[in-house]
Formats: sequence, C-alpha cells, structure tokens
Amino acid sequence: MFDELGDLYQQVILDHCKHPRNFHEQGQATCSAQGHNPLCGDQLKLFLTMEGDVVKDASFVGSGCCISKASASLLTESIRGKTRTDVRQMFDRVHDLVMTGEVKGEVGKLAVFAGVHKFPARVKCAILAWHALLAALKGEGHPVTTENDET
Amino acid sequence: MITETSPQTEPEDEAESLADWPAIRGDFPILDQQVHGQPLIYFDNAATTQKPRPVLDALSHYYQTDNANVHRGIHELSNRATAGFEAARARAARFINAAQPDDIIFTRGTTEGVNLVAQTWGATHIREGDGILLTEMEHHSNIVPWQLLAERTGAKLMFLPVSGDVGLLDLNRLDEWLTRDVKLFAFTHISNSLGTINPVADFCARARKAGVTTLVDAAQSAGHRPLDVQEIGCDFLAFSGHKMCGPTGIGVLYGRQEVLADMPPYQGGGEMILNVDFQRSTWKPAPHRFEAGTPDISGAFGLHAAMDYLDKIGRHRIAEHDQELGAHAYARLSQLKGGIRLFGPHVGRAGLVSFLLKDVHAHDVVTVADQRGVALRGGHHCNQPLMHKLGVESTARASFYFYNTTEEIDRFVEVLREIQEFFGA
Repeated sequence: MFDELGDLYQQVILDHCKHPRNFHEQGQATCSAQGHNPLCGDQLKLFLTMEGDVVKDASFVGSGCCISKASASLLTESIRGKTRTDVRQMFDRVHDLVMTGEVKGEVGKLAVFAGVHKFPARVKCAILAWHALLAALKGEGHPVTTENDET
Repeated sequence: MITETSPQTEPEDEAESLADWPAIRGDFPILDQQVHGQPLIYFDNAATTQKPRPVLDALSHYYQTDNANVHRGIHELSNRATAGFEAARARAARFINAAQPDDIIFTRGTTEGVNLVAQTWGATHIREGDGILLTEMEHHSNIVPWQLLAERTGAKLMFLPVSGDVGLLDLNRLDEWLTRDVKLFAFTHISNSLGTINPVADFCARARKAGVTTLVDAAQSAGHRPLDVQEIGCDFLAFSGHKMCGPTGIGVLYGRQEVLADMPPYQGGGEMILNVDFQRSTWKPAPHRFEAGTPDISGAFGLHAAMDYLDKIGRHRIAEHDQELGAHAYARLSQLKGGIRLFGPHVGRAGLVSFLLKDVHAHDVVTVADQRGVALRGGHHCNQPLMHKLGVESTARASFYFYNTTEEIDRFVEVLREIQEFFGA
C-alpha cells in the first residue's frame, strides 16, 4: 500500500482492529466510563477492575473506526498491573505521541500510533479510549466526548 | 431613487446543444491539482461545491470596483453596490420563479433560513400542542430549529417515517397526519445522505388542502435541477449559495409575500427599520425587515454569477448529468464483491451515494480514499436520528456535481477495492 497509510495503519493496528483484545464487558468492574466521538459516531465503554491502586483487569466494548478500536484494544493490554500514577503518565506520553509523532519515554507497543499525527482528523480516534480511561479512574459518571477539549 | 445601473441579462438556455462537460470542468481551477500525489477527485459536493472562474471573478471584481455599503450611501459606489445587491435578489427570484424580488430574503444559508422561519413565523403561529411535521430524513438544520421552537412553545414534533435502507418516505399516512393540529410541514427536497428526491409539489398540495404551511429545504436541489416555487406551491423554501457554485456565507430564503407580510422581525439593527425612537421602532416591509445589518454583499454578487453560470449550462442538463453519475455509481458499487451496503433508492436517485463496506468503518474508508486523491465524506452527515433508525453510526458518501465524470467514479470504485483488500480479514 502507500507509505503514509502504512504509517497510520501499522500491522499491529490492523491486527488489533480486526481482532480486538479484551473485547467484553466486566460485570465485576470497579469502574467504567464511556467515550464518544460525535464526529465519527465512535462509542466505547471501558471497564476497569482495580486492586488498590493497581489496574488488575481492563476491557472494552463498543464500535468505532480501526484506529479507535485498536487504540482501546492496545490500551487494555498495556495498563494491566500499572498504578494510577503510571496510567496518568502513559496518557501524557500517548497524547504527545499522537500529537507530535515523538516518542518520549517508554511506550512499548503503543509506539505504533506515532503515525497518527500525520492525520490530524484521526488524532481524536486514537485518544478517545485514553480519555475514557482517565474518566473511569476519576469515577466520572457522564460520558466523555472528544469535543470537550483540543483532542 | 436608485435604478439598476447594470441591468442583468439572463443567459439563454441553449436547450438544443449538448453541454461541453470537459470545457465546463476547465472553469474550475481548484479541480486541476494533485492531492497526496494523486489527481484530485472531489466527491464531497453535497457538503460544498467548487466555484467556477466567473464566480471568483465576480467576487474580485466587486471588491476591486464597486465595494461600498448598501442602501445607505448616496455616493456612486454605494449606488452600484446597492444596485448589484438588489439585482442579485431579482436574479434569485427568477432563479426559482418567485412572484417578485421581495419574496427573496438573503441569509447566510439554508440553516439560517430555517432558523429565521422558526423564530419569526414560529413565534406568532405555533402554540402549545400544535404539531410540526418533519420527516426522518431531515438534516439537523431542519430538526434542531424546530426542537428549539417546540421547547419554547410546547409544540410537538412528528416525523414521517423513512422505509429502511431504500430511503423512501412512507406516504401512506401523510394525509392522516396533516390534521388541523399540524401547523407546519417542513421537509427536504433531496436527502443529503440517501439521495432520495421527494415529490415536493405533491407534499405541498396535500398540505395546502389541510391548511398546513410548508417549508422546503432545497439545499441539495437548488443547484442541481430547475426549481419553480410557484409550481411547487410551497410557502417557504431555503437554499445555500455554496452548494451551487456560489460563495459560502450567502443563501436565500423564499417566502410567499402573504406569509412574510405579517411575520415579526428576525434580528434588530440597521437596515431593517423604518423609524427608530428610544423606546420603540417600526419595521420595513419584507424582505428588508429580515435583513438587519450589513449583508453579505459580495456573496450576493457571487451568487448572482453562480446562478447565471448554472443557467448557462442549463439546470435540466445538470439534473440529467447528476442522475447519470448517481446511477452509474450505484450500479458499479452494487457490483462490488465482498460486501457493501448501499443506502437510498435504487432508481430515480440524486447524484450521491451513501454506503458502508463490510467490516470497514466509514472513517477508515475516507482516510484511505483521501490518500488516493478521492475526497469523500464519512460520518452521520448531520442525520444522526436517521442513522440511528437505520442502525448505523455513520456512512461514507460520494456526492457528485456536473464537473465530475464517470471515469472518476470508476477510479473511486477501484480505490474501494483496494480498501477492501487492505482491511480484509
């Protein structure tokens, strides 16, 4: 395919979009939050099971584009065993990553989202699950939307 | 007394000769470019159309030679600006066969036209318990203004149902719904997401029989087919300049003079008053009562040029060309293997096609198509309630105009094949 598109739709992203991991509800979740991107109609719900300060389990359900699904899928994999502080730091790194394409600090597999910054219209897709994550940790009841801030 | 300094002559509609589509396409400088290294294929015309050179020239000529405020000055430039602005109004009246130029109110576009009716006519005609009949295929701009009015007045909204993916209105119960309690029937001429062409003259005739006021959203039809408000028989009709080769920021609201006459003002300010005292004022008659402040003068000049341009081609020809492109796209897309869901009527559709590829989100389709130079729209197309009814979050849409070609459609279908392959399971 084409270079730029290869940057956006990395193999890992295509894989997670076609076969999302942890794609289910959690009846016993400690907290959950909904994310909504009114522009695309992307809707997802994120479930977290916390053990003290640590994320023990994470999963999601919903519908959306390839980028938002893959982002949510990779998120659920990457935050297991992390503390609230770790997660907050990861959010900042992912945010920087999709905005600038620069990898600052350890992001692991999430580096595949570096190409998103070349597609400004798709940044919101990549960051939606992460906004939902913060909302879930804060225990916010109302759905977060990508229209509330810059990304 | 101001007279038209440059009486506009209408271009003759050369009905017998064939349109020279390649030459016409050459009038649009923007189309001659590459996007992401590929020739641009602009298929987002339902959102906004491109502008031909005569329109661009009219805008720049206005600012280089005639710019002044209208209806205020008594100097030469102001006279010219005023004459040109009013000539555009007269031209708009002829464009839709309104009985008189005073039936034409300049707005920012269709959205403002609908809001104007909701806020002025609605304020004096809609009471608690009254019905406002809409259809399920309306654009948000023909839903939300009525919701706001309903919240203020306690009126209730009713929606004529759409029959699934094929996108036709269920008219069986229309007469039943047009009761005495219903005060307004507002509907789109052409659906921006389904491509359905509604029989608006029939709607208006039925509404008139029931004493129901009508508003036609002509945003998708005004630049695409001949429009005759007297033949349609509507009370109001709204359209946007930018969807018909004109500039953004200018649109037209047509209102029957009898209906406009007793409507209260829309916004207050200069230009709409007869006399102002500290405590109260009196209003000018329509249309000026509804045009407070300095209007989009250059926009009116540009719109005038756009109307001339469209009629030089011939709107019946544009309509035929639209249908050819729409039918060609629909046929090619329905042959696409691997799963595609098409929305809108099979036949008699406007020049646009909404679709979903199996297991590929509309936004991914649009992103990849863009990399191939094809500009599509993906999303809910300001039709969220309709999308929910059809059980989808979004669709991808290709919408055509007369400068598009069947070759471009074939190329677009090729790109869709690549997309299917790319995202294939």
